[in-house]
Amino acid sequence: MTGARVLAALVLLVLGMLPWVPMAGMREYVVFVMVQILIWSFIGQAWSLMGRFGLVSLGHGAFLGVGAYTTTLLWNFYGLTPWLGVFVAIAAAVALALVVAYPCSRFGIVGHYFALVTLAVGEVIRLLLIAERDWTGGSLGLTVKPAGTDASLFALQYADKRVFYYGALVVWLAGLWVWRRLDRSMARAAMEAIGEDETAAASVGIRVTRFKLGITALSAALTAVGGVLYAQYITYVNPETLAGVGVSLRIVFAVVLGGMYSLFGPTVGTALTIALSEYLRIVFGVKLIGMAETIYGLVLVLCIIFLPAGIYGSARDLFRRRAAVRVAG
Amino acid sequence: MSNLVDLVAHNPLLLMEAAVNGLLLGGVLALLALGLNLIFGVLDIVWIVYVDLVMLAMYLVYFLVQVYGWPLWLGALAGVALGTLLGVAVHLLIITPILASPPVNQLLATGGLLFFIQSLATFLWTTDHRSIRLSLPTIEIGGMFVSFARLIAFVLAVLVMIGLYVFLTRTYVGTAIRAVSQDRGAMALMGADPQRIYVVTSAVGGALAGVAAALLSIQYSVHPHFGAAFGPITFMICVLGGLGNMVGAFIASFILSEIISIGGVVWSTEMGYVIAFALFIVLMFVRPGGILARRQ
Repeated sequence: MTGARVLAALVLLVLGMLPWVPMAGMREYVVFVMVQILIWSFIGQAWSLMGRFGLVSLGHGAFLGVGAYTTTLLWNFYGLTPWLGVFVAIAAAVALALVVAYPCSRFGIVGHYFALVTLAVGEVIRLLLIAERDWTGGSLGLTVKPAGTDASLFALQYADKRVFYYGALVVWLAGLWVWRRLDRSMARAAMEAIGEDETAAASVGIRVTRFKLGITALSAALTAVGGVLYAQYITYVNPETLAGVGVSLRIVFAVVLGGMYSLFGPTVGTALTIALSEYLRIVFGVKLIGMAETIYGLVLVLCIIFLPAGIYGSARDLFRRRAAVRVAG
Repeated sequence: MSNLVDLVAHNPLLLMEAAVNGLLLGGVLALLALGLNLIFGVLDIVWIVYVDLVMLAMYLVYFLVQVYGWPLWLGALAGVALGTLLGVAVHLLIITPILASPPVNQLLATGGLLFFIQSLATFLWTTDHRSIRLSLPTIEIGGMFVSFARLIAFVLAVLVMIGLYVFLTRTYVGTAIRAVSQDRGAMALMGADPQRIYVVTSAVGGALAGVAAALLSIQYSVHPHFGAAFGPITFMICVLGGLGNMVGAFIASFILSEIISIGGVVWSTEMGYVIAFALFIVLMFVRPGGILARRQ
């Protein structure tokens, strides 16, 4: 265990120092990519809170969109600081999650039917954002109104992107903490039992609906926070990048690629996908649009067939098995 | 609501035209749903990639007819052949290894394939919209304009649906397909080979995707996001109609297409889809067995 702690401390030290390392003019870019990885990893962790128990949602874009648009609209039209707006955003996302999850749980909609219902919810939010173009700017999206200064705590806008790097780092760590807390709680045992067999779980006294709603609300709330953070960082929101099937599938696939049953699975999956697309973009430029996703899609299919625990999850299991053999032998 | 009242009072013809166009869009959706309903509804295997297979066949029809100058009927046949091959390939390469795992995994694996096909299409053929330049007449009925291509699609959708219904209920293979959907294990005990039934069904489902592609390519342009545009609605039709219920899916196609078409005229295209999706979500809760199912 101490070995793991030392490693964790080292990784944190490297991550903490990263924005100060001189990288011959590449620093801005590296920090930019790292913030993307941290934010989307956090969102992936939020998704995997549900996904690992068989609650596969294909509509997390809905919570992302609700979160990002709520703070942006409140700021642009009413001047409400995102620090307060984020609570409204969380409340809205949780309300939406409960409105969808309660009937799903009551009427026994699970597995791939649950996935299809959530997919429809994601599309409804995306289409509503486009339809209400008077406020939201429709498919053109919406720019977060500039605060007017280089650094504004009130508006949560900073010209220096390193601020966002540290913000995203803290949020990512908080996401890991939530994941671990859940992993070691009674709720995990209850959710696993529900995922295996709902009727059997209910018969031993597990409150199926309460646990399902709780985990869905938690996942939606964290996803909304991710959406707010992303909107504040990019200072631009768009229905295609923050809601609908496209982004929802992207979240799911990154997590599945890394492994949804392990603490660092979502992060590894997200880092790999973002790094791959950035690498191909730099090496081949715009000549190869779609190439990164083509490779990624293929890897994904192979992963689901041969490595259902994901790349990180499978590697971890392999090391654990080796270690167990060494101890036993 | 006031929009609707306004429209009925002042411009009933516009509303009528929307209703007729909705009817014809329903034919297109019904056509798309046929093959999916066979695979998703009858076999209970989730090919989230289904409409992207239609898209690939549409690209083939486009290239053969527009670039290589093949006659349309031959291009259409090639599209059906490609659909059949793709159907068998999807089953053998992706579904067979994970047939025993939860349906959600099948959904994710075919979702990966969707990602692959969509990106490969973007990579190979860019995001251009490509359509076969075909001048089919527009028919005027009492001041309303109706596209002839859509009329053909509508009529053929009805014919194919009847053919599929007869195939499923009157032939040996059709009966075997319905049997395997009820109990995957029992089929083997009855001396029938489930693997063969799966392959045959996937081939038929793929061929239906090819038929849809051939008919859609005379009225829609094809682009890499074609699957994303029609995929969700096609799945919803299968669920709404009651899985495997061909008649139910047919009716569901028209309910959703009318909502989309009339909603599009009264409010906006997006709102039409919003109402259709919201209806799907609500019906999923109150009528999980589909619109034709009896209440328990």
